[in-house]
Amino acid sequence: MSIPNIIPITEDLIAAHGLKPEEYQRILDLIGREPSFTELGIFSAMWNEHCSYKSSKKWLRTLPTTGPRVLQGPGENAGVVDIGDGDCVVFKMESHNHPSYIEPYQGAATGVGGILRDVFTMGARPIAAMNALRFGEPDHPKTRHLVSGVVAGVGGYGNSFGVPTVGGEVEFDPRYNGNCLVNAFAAGIAKTDAIFLSEAKGVGLPVVYLGAKTGRDGVGGATMASAEFDESIEEKRPTVQVGDPFTEKCLLEACLELMQTGAVIAIQDMGAAGLTCSAVEMGAKGDLGIELNLDQVPVREENMSAYEMMLSESQERMLMVLEPEKEAEAKAIFVKWGLDFAIVGKTTDDLRFRILHQGEEVANLPIKELGDEAPEYDREWRELGGLSPLDIAEVEEPEDYGQALLDLLGSPNNASKRWVWEQYDTLIQGNSLQIPGGDAGVVRVEGHDTKALAFSSDVTPRYVEANPYEGGKQAVAECWRNLTATGAEPLASTDNLNFGNPERPEIMGQLVMAIQGIGEACTALDFPIVSGNVSLYNETNGEAILPTPTIGGVGLIEDWSNMARIGGASTGDAVILIGGDCSHLGQSAWMRDCLGRAEGAPPSVDLMEERRNGDFVRSAIRNGQVTSCHDISSGGLAATLAEMVMASDLGMDIDLSGCHGPAHGLLFGEDQARYVITVPSDLANYIMASAEGAGIPFRQLGAVSSDSLKIDGLMSIPVSTLRATHESWFPAFMDVPEALAAE
Amino acid sequence: MKAAVILLPGLNRDRDMIAALTHISGEAPLTIWQTETSIPDDVELIVIPGGFSYGDYLRCGAIAARMPVMQAVREKAEKGTRVIGVCNGFQILLESGLLPGALMRNASLKFVCREVKLEVANASTAFTQGYSQGQILRCPVAHHDGNYFTDADTLAEIEASNQVAFRYTADTNPNGSLNNIAGIVNKAGNVLGMMPHPENLIEAAHGGSDGRALFESALGLVDA
Repeated sequence: MSIPNIIPITEDLIAAHGLKPEEYQRILDLIGREPSFTELGIFSAMWNEHCSYKSSKKWLRTLPTTGPRVLQGPGENAGVVDIGDGDCVVFKMESHNHPSYIEPYQGAATGVGGILRDVFTMGARPIAAMNALRFGEPDHPKTRHLVSGVVAGVGGYGNSFGVPTVGGEVEFDPRYNGNCLVNAFAAGIAKTDAIFLSEAKGVGLPVVYLGAKTGRDGVGGATMASAEFDESIEEKRPTVQVGDPFTEKCLLEACLELMQTGAVIAIQDMGAAGLTCSAVEMGAKGDLGIELNLDQVPVREENMSAYEMMLSESQERMLMVLEPEKEAEAKAIFVKWGLDFAIVGKTTDDLRFRILHQGEEVANLPIKELGDEAPEYDREWRELGGLSPLDIAEVEEPEDYGQALLDLLGSPNNASKRWVWEQYDTLIQGNSLQIPGGDAGVVRVEGHDTKALAFSSDVTPRYVEANPYEGGKQAVAECWRNLTATGAEPLASTDNLNFGNPERPEIMGQLVMAIQGIGEACTALDFPIVSGNVSLYNETNGEAILPTPTIGGVGLIEDWSNMARIGGASTGDAVILIGGDCSHLGQSAWMRDCLGRAEGAPPSVDLMEERRNGDFVRSAIRNGQVTSCHDISSGGLAATLAEMVMASDLGMDIDLSGCHGPAHGLLFGEDQARYVITVPSDLANYIMASAEGAGIPFRQLGAVSSDSLKIDGLMSIPVSTLRATHESWFPAFMDVPEALAAE
Repeated sequence: MKAAVILLPGLNRDRDMIAALTHISGEAPLTIWQTETSIPDDVELIVIPGGFSYGDYLRCGAIAARMPVMQAVREKAEKGTRVIGVCNGFQILLESGLLPGALMRNASLKFVCREVKLEVANASTAFTQGYSQGQILRCPVAHHDGNYFTDADTLAEIEASNQVAFRYTADTNPNGSLNNIAGIVNKAGNVLGMMPHPENLIEAAHGGSDGRALFESALGLVDA
């Protein structure tokens, strides 16, 4: 028995589909009649926040998305950037927040699966992944369960699929207690002359369904992800999809093999809103109608209704328009990989989206309007920020600087994340040059002797909360800086904007101002946004997450033999600060994590200075003059130095007596546009003279020596003690019986 | 020496393995798909790479061991052809009965990817002759089910007949393996199974080349 298509459309049913009364009226006006049940589902899938960007579109349009290397900006499955020699990098970041909170393993796993599919849909073989994860406070009863499930899910999918996870972030804050964030990034490499798009071409051509069968999992997932959570959250578990990385790996190989044959005219993966969204997108982009016969759709459950098939978010599925004469060849490839191959419809010239099921027409809608006429809102927003800088005199110096540094390194947000990334395969494919633990992950470009790509994902949500505009700028600047710290030329970025309910003016203000900051920084740093995703309604019972616009960036290293690492220093190297002394402590990690104070304005970002200092560091690295490099970010100069000595397993002798300002500001302040580099001692004067000539603030801080981090008059800590403290928090937190019991 | 790499759906370190063999021998290995029923006579080294064959949705390697190509591998192995199984390949060799024992879930119950240290426990096998006895190597691991286990009698027999090729150094055992076993050979000495990934440590870009001598040995590129 199947669910009939003649369910009466009531107000409750409309509301349950996440459609507002005025949005329903828009549907009535558009089609001139009451929609069928299936049609209502289709509208709900196309017009929810997740798929339509109805609250953010107006502001997303302001972002810089072009550049000399950009081959494909936002609007396709992923962005595409030229890296020379006929190759390009294809990348995107996407959230899977709501599903991961409901069902952490599968939510995170399918987040990884979805982003990998976006990349290989374009014809690229995935070569790197990253994951930016944010959880509630460690003591919250759900946190361990979520950390353990999300990390296992990310690893379970990515490891089996076979992509190295080379970077990411893990952060804890009470504001994520009711909504964790899982932002998954993937990048792949393709030939610039073999990029595949979703735009259908040609009338009467077969629309082919490929991959896994359709089940009832994930029905309504995108609509769920466009609403806030409340006590009924457990009831939403069936909206989470179930991942199958084995099928995805087969789908990858089959798609890449098929693309080689020249059979593929258009391709679109089935992600959010499954068959509906993919078919509409292919048709609407190509100015064509699409007719689907659901009786041909491979299903894994009996008696599925048209509504369920159209809204299922079963994973590992693709829709393609194929050259009819290559159909047999295409089918053979999919049979070889054990995947379903079914012709489920055709392209038409009438611009209608027609769905047939068991001899009945269950939907007949105008295909262009489904996307183009989606509601768009210019939501009310409020100007935020305006906090004045915190006077450093209001912050007492710690009695024991060494203990202060150890407290910082051993705190949840600054401790080593090794527990997490050792559960990810960081080495598969044999091209990983830098794995997590440094500034950026680096992967060499296969088939090229010297070229490599660097990847970093960054945002400092406490800055964005304190000042969304500066925080937006800072997220971009830090990502750009992390890429630069390896010697990479930052090429382009992807943004994953995670916010609360945009119907509240203060949340909308965060979104608008963060986008303004991101746009300004991307323009100033020539770091265009080429893809992205917006996740709103990250709220539970009215409490929103910290505003979290995650930036994922890609940089190009022309010759990896000259790349810089965090831990490459040798004894005797000079330690040089690039950038000025810090006298600002507002919103610093040290104040938050060691003093429990979140006060004042975040550090401001001077984009001219960021660019000037970064360009200087990059050119010194590329000239082979730098033995190690690390940017200064959360935790300030002290954390940077500590991370460098732990990575190199060599100490440093540091003297701050020439610096200006109180020691706690110098050591723990987070002023931007700064790096620490080590250079061979005989090059130190040359580097400093070059910096002086270029008008770059610099300071020789000391030298690499022995096995302790010594800061004259303030601390002397063995590297082994730093490491023991830094490495111990995460295992102590997670590897306890309660954590296992919670799984 | 001609080498062949077995390809099964879900394996994912096949490209790493092909690259390593090509890099070291200067010649790309043959590739042999799951449905093949024979392996050419001139193939003298068969490699089963790592990954998640058939998703590892049953016991790791159990489905692979029953595919037609594994019967062909078994026949070649019985005739003395050298066979290496790495990671999932090791699991498949165990499930095929070509090596004794089993690989259980890691003691931590978690997937682990990190560099460990290996001790060459027997430098006189066809696969380890490029190393010296007791030599300590760096080598990465990346697995969820690498915890080697067998009954006491079999373990005693393996040890007595010097079938342990590699052991994790005691402080780097990543999975709880009995006797720190990282890799074993069969009695005849022509089949090697190991959990670590020597193919990911063979050139400067990998940060070291400790894995290289294993392939040089197996390919007959070192003087015995």
